[in-house]
Amino acid sequence: MSSRPYGNGLRALSFATVAAITGALALVFFYAPLEAEQGFLQKIFYVHVPLAIVSLCGFVLGGLLAIQHLRTRDPRWDMRSYVAIHIALIFGLGTLITGSIWAKGSWGHWWVWNEPTLVSFLIVWLLYATYQPLRFAIEDPERQARYASVFAVTAGAFVPLNFIAVRMSTSYLHPRTLSSTSNLPGPMALTFLISLLAITLLYATLCKYELTAKHTRAQVRALRRRLSGETAPARGRSAAPVALPDGAMPAAPGETLGARFGAGSAPGTAG
Amino acid sequence: MSATLGESPAAAAPAAGAPAARRGAGFGSTVAAVLRKELLVELRTLESVPAMSLFAVTTFVIFHFALNRGSVEGDLAAGVLWVTLLFAAILGVNRLFVADADQGGFDAFLLAPVDRTALLVAKVLTLLGFLVALEIVAVPAFSILLLAPPVGPALGGLAATLALGDLGVAVIGTLVAAMAVRTRARDLLGPLLTLPLFVPIVIGGVRCTAPLLELTHRSGPPARWLATLGVYDLVFGLLAFALFDFLVED
Amino acid sequence: MLLAELPALPLHTAGKYVAAAYIVLFAMVLVYVAIMAVRMSRTERELGELLEQLDRDGREPSGGDAAARRSPGAVE
Repeated sequence: MSSRPYGNGLRALSFATVAAITGALALVFFYAPLEAEQGFLQKIFYVHVPLAIVSLCGFVLGGLLAIQHLRTRDPRWDMRSYVAIHIALIFGLGTLITGSIWAKGSWGHWWVWNEPTLVSFLIVWLLYATYQPLRFAIEDPERQARYASVFAVTAGAFVPLNFIAVRMSTSYLHPRTLSSTSNLPGPMALTFLISLLAITLLYATLCKYELTAKHTRAQVRALRRRLSGETAPARGRSAAPVALPDGAMPAAPGETLGARFGAGSAPGTAG
Repeated sequence: MSATLGESPAAAAPAAGAPAARRGAGFGSTVAAVLRKELLVELRTLESVPAMSLFAVTTFVIFHFALNRGSVEGDLAAGVLWVTLLFAAILGVNRLFVADADQGGFDAFLLAPVDRTALLVAKVLTLLGFLVALEIVAVPAFSILLLAPPVGPALGGLAATLALGDLGVAVIGTLVAAMAVRTRARDLLGPLLTLPLFVPIVIGGVRCTAPLLELTHRSGPPARWLATLGVYDLVFGLLAFALFDFLVED
Repeated sequence: MLLAELPALPLHTAGKYVAAAYIVLFAMVLVYVAIMAVRMSRTERELGELLEQLDRDGREPSGGDAAARRSPGAVE
């Protein structure tokens, strides 16, 4: 009984992503009208804001997956939480860079403090940037997963609180044009929604891709261990969690790590 | 019972607390026992509070040179005060669980049949105590060294603001300290984890303190921001309550 | 209907910023693909080694450990 491969459905998902991204780009550059105030520069909105939204949802999703891990102690939930946060961090970096480009174009500065969404995003990003160093610094895989999950839940709860606090603290002297998503006229709203869909699908595809790759590597490691009859459990130096597939039997009764994973994992429900 | 280098004061007290728990005394007395142990250790070793206080005073001096001013007021004063308090708090956070981790206090506590959340509450109260002690030194020092307006009329509002802020700092600090202490890079991870989490406290704290420290048109802390601090404390308190067990399982 | 009669920035300047922003997205995905490609080639190599080891074990039933000890810690 081996776990269902993570790669199932990856092809369909990536095709859907390609279609969505192509559609979104076409809409952005051929359909959406020019905005009165910012002109052509406003087009960055269609890549910056979806990246921000998906990134934040990814962080919160990482926290939810971490709750599942703490409840079930199944290391696969921890792996999913890790991937969700990891990819969200990359998307977050993209958000900050595109936001900075937009700020430079709008106001001539590479950074502005009166844009609460961008500022709170920076704070959240700085927090999540410590996630991997935290994992790196704990060697025992079970404790690493547990501590990382506690961090993910804490940080996930912090995201909305931080946004509220920063938004409350910003003076509204300058119009917040960077994140005005309300009152979008029809064509712009449609373009925005399709862009959001495209970035969401991209996030899902990358997550699935990474989970598949990790799972494959774990299976190769398990195969190697079984072939050479090693009893010591795998200890990677990297921050990536070590997840054994369901069917991996411990090579010897002394392999506590395998026994713990074997006892904790539930059959089915993968991806 | 003198604490020699070989004896671990951290392990001794839970052994004293365990008989109390076996007698069925419960949560409150466990908290009291651990808290007593923490304060005794601090009084004996004088590790955290003097260092935090000295750090704060030195930081005020540095601010004088960094800002190139003889006195500050209003927004700037609030900012200087809160930044200094937070960085001094980080010193205390770093040391909070070190003795337990190094001297096996965790194991002794886990073996005792007590509620692990009691450890959380006791540590939060300990850190809170350290912060209050820090502020007893830092606030007068601040008003002497750098503060332009007299501090007297501000003390009431300041006390309320600091109380709420300290509670948040204590909860977050304890949670992060428990996470960071048994990693390889505990001194580095602690500050990195706490500072972003402190941002809302800084925001709320400064917004509350700035009106108190104005030279002219002094006013009380805005209720809105006091409420924000309170809500933040509450949310993180609940979070820490729910998550702490997972950190001290082994 | 929103039409720009006087865009905020001249088109050639604004165009560069917009292009830069979209290139960031593109580059992000490509860097990710590159990293995954490196990982996959490493996995391919490991699987090849395992196959060789299996072949060798077929010829010498007892000598499996020597090959394993050659790269015991190569997990990443």
